[in-house]
This record gives sequence, C-alpha cells and structure tokens, in this order.
Amino acid sequence: MTPVLYRVEARHQELADTVTIRIAPIAGQLADPKPGQFEMLLAFGVGEVPISISGLGNGSGELEHTIRSVGAVTKALCTTAVGDVIGVRGPFGVGWDLDRATGHDLLIVAGGLGLAPLRPAMLEALTNRHRFGRLVLLVGARDPGSLMFVRELEQWRGRFDIDVAVTVDAAPPSWRGDVGVVTKLLSRAPVDFGNTTAVVCGPEVMMRFVAAGLADRGVPPGQILLSMERNMRCAIGHCGHCQLGPEFVCKDGPVFPWDRMEKLMLVRER
Amino acid sequence: MKSIRDLLGEHLLFRDFHPDLLELMAGCGHNVHFAAGEQILTEGAPANEFYLIRSGKASVGVTVPNRGTVLIETLGPDEVIGVSWPFPPYRWEFSSTAIDPTSAIAMDAECLRNKCDQEPLLGYQVFKSFARLMRDRLQATRLQLLDLYGNHAG
Ligand SMILES: Cc1cc2nc3c(=O)[nH]c(=O)nc-3n(C[C@H](O)[C@H](O)[C@H](O)COP(=O)(O)OP(=O)(O)OC[C@H]3O[C@@H](n4cnc5c(N)ncnc54)[C@H](O)[C@@H]3O)c2cc1C
Ligand code: FES
Repeated sequence: MTPVLYRVEARHQELADTVTIRIAPIAGQLADPKPGQFEMLLAFGVGEVPISISGLGNGSGELEHTIRSVGAVTKALCTTAVGDVIGVRGPFGVGWDLDRATGHDLLIVAGGLGLAPLRPAMLEALTNRHRFGRLVLLVGARDPGSLMFVRELEQWRGRFDIDVAVTVDAAPPSWRGDVGVVTKLLSRAPVDFGNTTAVVCGPEVMMRFVAAGLADRGVPPGQILLSMERNMRCAIGHCGHCQLGPEFVCKDGPVFPWDRMEKLMLVRER
Repeated sequence: MKSIRDLLGEHLLFRDFHPDLLELMAGCGHNVHFAAGEQILTEGAPANEFYLIRSGKASVGVTVPNRGTVLIETLGPDEVIGVSWPFPPYRWEFSSTAIDPTSAIAMDAECLRNKCDQEPLLGYQVFKSFARLMRDRLQATRLQLLDLYGNHAG
C-alpha cells in the first residue's frame, strides 16, 4: 500500500511537545476511518509511524491527528507547517466498537495523550446520544497544564446529558479540581457497572489498573475495550513487528477487549 | 431523617458490616458540615475524629518547607478523611481542607478504638476495611509516583 499525499491544513499546539494537525488529501483519498482506527503517517526522508485518528472530517476527507514528539519521526510531524505535505496510509485496525455499548451506559476513560484516540468515540457518542444510557468521561492528566482539548472538555462539562470528571496527578494549591490517579474516579463514576461498556486509552500501566478496577466493580471483561500501542512497521499483519501472543495489534487491534488482553499485556514489547 | 447507623451502613467502607456492628459503631458518630475553605484536619494535631464523607469534596495536603501546602489528593463521597487514627501516636500526618461544602459523619477516634479493643469482631472488620483503604491509597500513590503521563522519550 503506497502512501497517499495529504497537505497540512491547520496545526494547533496542544502542549509544548504535542501538536494536532488537520490534513486534507491532495489527490486521491483514503477510505473514511472509524473512531479508534489509526494511520501510518510518513514524514518524507525521516520515516513512518502509526498515529491514531483524533478527529474525523465528517465526509470531507479531512482528518486530525494529535502527535507527541518523542523521536525523529514524531518530531518531524510535530514541526510540519501549514502547507507541508506528508504521506498517509490507512485507515488500519479495528476501532472502538460502540455498537457493543448500545443500550448500556458508556464509560470513556482517558489518560494523558489517550484522550486523542478517544475523542472521535466521544464525538460519535454525542452524535448518537440516544443510543446509550449514561455517558461518562473520566480524564486523567499529569497536571492542569497538561490537559488537552480543554475547550471541548469545558463544553462537554457544561452539558446536562453527560458527566465529565477530570483528575490530575499533581496540582498547584489554586487548582479546585480533583487530584489523584484516574482509577480513583472509577468508584465515583455514575454508571451501572454491570451494564456498562468501557473504552479506555492511556499508558499500558494505567489501562491495566483501570481495566482491573472496572472488572472488580462488575463490568464484564468483554465489555472493557482498550487500545494497545505496540511498535509497528507494515500495519497490515505481514512483518510480525507488533505481534502480541496470537494477536497482531495492527490488524486485530489496536482495540481489544480486556478478556483477550489481560494476560498478553504482561508480554514485554520486543 | 436517617440515623447514624443507617448512614454508616450506606458508606462504602462499612456497607458489608453486620447490623449489630453498625449499631455498636453508631454511638461513636455524629453528623458534621464543613463550609468551603474550612480546615478539617491539621498536620501534627491529635487524631481525635476522622470523617466519612457523604457529599462534597476535600483536599489532602502536606506542608513542604519553601513550597507551602502541596496537594496530594482530593477526596469525595464515600471516601475517608483521616487514616492515622488507629495507630499510635494518634496524630494526623496530613492536613485537610474542604474544597466544596462537605457533609460527613464524624467518628470519635478514641471511642471507636475502645470499642474495637472490647469487641474483637468489630476490631477485625474495621481494621480489615482500613487495611483495604490504605492498600488502595498506597497503590494510587505508587501510580502517581510513576509519572505515567510524562514524556519519557530518551
Ligand atoms: C496504534 C498506535 C496508535 C498510536 N497513536 C498515537 C497518537 O495518536 N499520537 C502519538 O503521539 N503517538 C501515537 N502512537 C505512538 C507513536 O507511534 C510513537 O510515538 C512513534 O512511533 C515514535 O516514533 P519516533 O520515530 O518519533 O520515535 P522513536 O525514535 O521510534 O522513539 C524515540 C523514543 O520514544 C520512545 N517511544 C517510541 N514509541 C513510543 C510510544 N508509543 N510511547 C512512548 N514512547 C515511545 C522510544 O522508546 C524512544 O525512547 C501510536 C502508536 C500505535 C502503535
Ligand atoms: S505491524 Fe507488521 S504485523 Fe503488525
């Protein structure tokens, strides 16, 4: 699969090391992605990395990606300017299966950058609000200055039909919000745990504790969905780079239910 | 109006307790309300009363030289303010302040310590509940220490 050329239409500096870029196809267009899927973004001359979709273009062909600069490729992507051209392959993987949550309470739990792949799920849930019981978003961040999508979070918080709770690991005395790890918010989440579908994204350790905490409270393990991040190369199930036990994260995932992931998450990345 | 015994039975910490034990504990409790900004516990002060939050939100902090009070966590409904009361020298290790108007059941610590000594079943249940609570707090603290959301790229 050869990369299709996309142009950077807009960029927004979320945090010192994190940027959201909106890209539009120059010629040709990839299939419309679903929430939770990812694409391989190519910075010419540097390399290619998997990046989740953080915003869908609603049929316009435009897409958003939120990228944290951790190495050569992500740094190149984060420093692209409006008008720059990148290559895109995708969309890949299975997304968040929100159909599973129809008729249930839907609990969305994000840690740090994990809010980016969950943002399209949140937007889809809001578009189809009637399909779910209670809708709850729990967000954990390092500190108040590390919160992303702040304007949207504030908008969602102001709605009557969803519950949003934000907690930070560390805060200055002026912060009036919650302090503590995101797992602490679970017991206060206003959902019927036995009748809840949870979608979770964040660092693996955080997802492990959240999933275990949800299972303890009675959420069926098959209804707890996590998005795994493992190193990738081909993204189409050929190279074996992303293999985790019997699963290929690139094509069987990156979203997996907890009953399939619980033991595999103890497998260290190669 | 609900009795202290009923309220204790509704609190997450004591929800599974036998009604007789709830009855026994109820004599140590009374209702309290804190206004936003009111100090609830003071670091170093005697641990005379701890609080089972019913509604509202409180902060827990510790005084660090040159940095003032550093926030450690916030506590809300079904959580407990004060976990040093069962252990000598019965002094608070952290301070706590109400962030929002907060209602709680105040438990007289000495009264409950005495009852736990006299009635081993109550003592066992109370200490088991507090051990679990402290395990949860230890686990949360460890996760906080990991700085999970930091950018750890080399
Ligand atoms: C399915 C999937 C979805 C992803 N979605 C996003 C996304 O939406 N936004 C985003 O910013 N990133 C996302 N990532 C992670 C992203 O792919 C990596 O950060 C990227 O591959 C790093 O490439 P690099 O060349 O910049 O850094 P490298 O030179 O490969 O690595 C530099 C340093 O970063 C560390 N590193 C590499 N990968 C990660 C990682 N995943 N997390 C933390 N540290 C890492 C390395 O150990 C090394 O220390 C996703 C990964 C997967 C598998
Ligand atoms: S990235 Fe090649 S098999 Fe998954």
